[in-house]
Amino acid sequence: MSTSGNFEGPMLPQGGPSNIGAESWVYTPQRRRDRLAKWRNPIGLVGAGIVLFNAFIALLGPQIWRIDPNALDYLRFESPSWAHPMGTDELGRDTLARIIHGAQVSLQVGVIAVSIAFVGGVLFGLLAGYYKGPLDSLLMRIVDIMFSLPGIVLAIVIAGLLGPNRRNAMIAIGIVILPAFARVVRGSVLEVMGYPFTESARALGASGRWIMLRHVLPNIVAPLLVLVTVYLSVAILAEAALSFLGLGTQPPEASWGGMLNTARTYIGIDPWLSIFPGAAIMVVVLGFNFLGDGLRDILDPRLGPHVGDVPVSK
Amino acid sequence: MGSYILRRIGFAIPTLFGVTIGIFLMVRLLPGDIIDILFGGDLTASEEVKDQAREQLGLNGSYLEQYWRWISGVAQGDFGFSLRNTEPVSNVILDALPITLELVILGLLIAVLIGVPLGVISAVKRDSAHDYAARVGGLVGVSIPSFWLATLLLLFTSRVFGWVPPLNYVSPFDDPIANLSQFILPAISISVFTLAIVMRMVRATMLEVLGQDYVRTARAKGVSRRTVISKHALRNALIPVITIVGFEIGVLIGGAAIVEIIFGLPGVGYVLLQAIFGRDYPVIQAAALLIAVTFIFANLLVDILYGVLDPRISQE
Repeated sequence: MSTSGNFEGPMLPQGGPSNIGAESWVYTPQRRRDRLAKWRNPIGLVGAGIVLFNAFIALLGPQIWRIDPNALDYLRFESPSWAHPMGTDELGRDTLARIIHGAQVSLQVGVIAVSIAFVGGVLFGLLAGYYKGPLDSLLMRIVDIMFSLPGIVLAIVIAGLLGPNRRNAMIAIGIVILPAFARVVRGSVLEVMGYPFTESARALGASGRWIMLRHVLPNIVAPLLVLVTVYLSVAILAEAALSFLGLGTQPPEASWGGMLNTARTYIGIDPWLSIFPGAAIMVVVLGFNFLGDGLRDILDPRLGPHVGDVPVSK
Repeated sequence: MGSYILRRIGFAIPTLFGVTIGIFLMVRLLPGDIIDILFGGDLTASEEVKDQAREQLGLNGSYLEQYWRWISGVAQGDFGFSLRNTEPVSNVILDALPITLELVILGLLIAVLIGVPLGVISAVKRDSAHDYAARVGGLVGVSIPSFWLATLLLLFTSRVFGWVPPLNYVSPFDDPIANLSQFILPAISISVFTLAIVMRMVRATMLEVLGQDYVRTARAKGVSRRTVISKHALRNALIPVITIVGFEIGVLIGGAAIVEIIFGLPGVGYVLLQAIFGRDYPVIQAAALLIAVTFIFANLLVDILYGVLDPRISQE
């Protein structure tokens, strides 16, 4: 059952049979300069810069700015100054130190949530795309069902039912973005399976696992890389939203969303408290989006204008 | 056309069915017995009392029985009773739905009415300063959290104009102006993401369409630039945008759920969050189901509209 599908006729990519030959057989040598030229992508570079800077702050920030994010002080609601470049909050805690801690939190949640989605999504996507048939229909039905609740609403429900804390927020976000990975991987697998080289591997007697690992997986690295970048931004935004609603990182621990939530109470007294955490979220999310956009241009122009936000096929 | 619509409805029914199972299982498969959680630290509660509560909540019997009881109730508009104030859940939910719908519709209107023209200008004046501003602005729009934007808007209107939207919900049928002044800031906050997506999509499809032969032909036979853009190009460029809109409705509902809390609007998202913190399971189930049904229904409408606008789809 599992292997017969492929002999009945290969799945052809949308362009039809004539395109396959052109894409996979003809190797056009490029000059080194031309090859480098496509990496000169200003938006992507700015994004890479922001992402690297954020990682740097998250990893080394506490070593450079040595103020405890939870240390209380009698100087409350200070405006930005040299001693406190982002001011202090309602308990006199240093906002910059809390923003740095928030960078750690958001990066941790982003990486772990996307890892959950990546592992699960690639596994389900490969299985569905390779074996097709009833397994594929079942998995894709589940994906359809998960897509029929708006992502953030599903995350709110899962995180809320599991209990409000950061670990559960990570699990909830991971589960919510998993179907997007499964769907894109499945689509890419179906496309790669239509190419002559997978068919010839099969004709030479390669096993299903061999074909998946050696032929299919390397060919879907490009879309996966773009997807990981874009969904890191989605996960970071989702963590901020959940913490804002009180369903993620719990106070007194600093997180960008949580800080925004408390700042709302004091908006009349100290607007700075509402400005810095939100700006931090926006800049980091923007960085990942810029990077994703640049990578998309460089790696795979066929991915279209905004794969990350749109289910690729109905 | 009729068979196309029927087919689309046929696709939506199993998804809807699956969603009810998904929501039902989600609430039950999560760690901890609902009854134990409800009774909290009350160790004195006897098994009898717990069994009674179980029966009241429809939590007795096998999952199959429970599901059947729940779903047949839902089909008759009976969602059970809220655990907090023993009000029928249907009342709680039906009061909240119009608020969320109004917010989503306003947000969608803002996104389309501004996003489409911006995308067209960006494509027509490709690589101009406006185009670059729109592209960067598009990426910023996708990155700005709606709940932060909402806070900033509140901050801005209160500091600059000394104006804060009214806090108690006013129905549009009682006082349309007060209602609109209450909804405009949250609607803007949730629309920005969708606006950016619509703009990017219109720009991309417009660029593609403007390069087509029939556009050049129309220009060559002397049709004015303006007419070619609005009649020939835009009409075709809008078709893929409709697909995006279907998906974006989900984003708008999600955004509304969060922004409602900031502006104190008692919509479905507000009710859902209250229910989650209060462990009010019947309300959680009903609110999640209602959001899913709204989303599925909106997508069904979009699919049908898609078929009407692009005859190639419905002929398939």
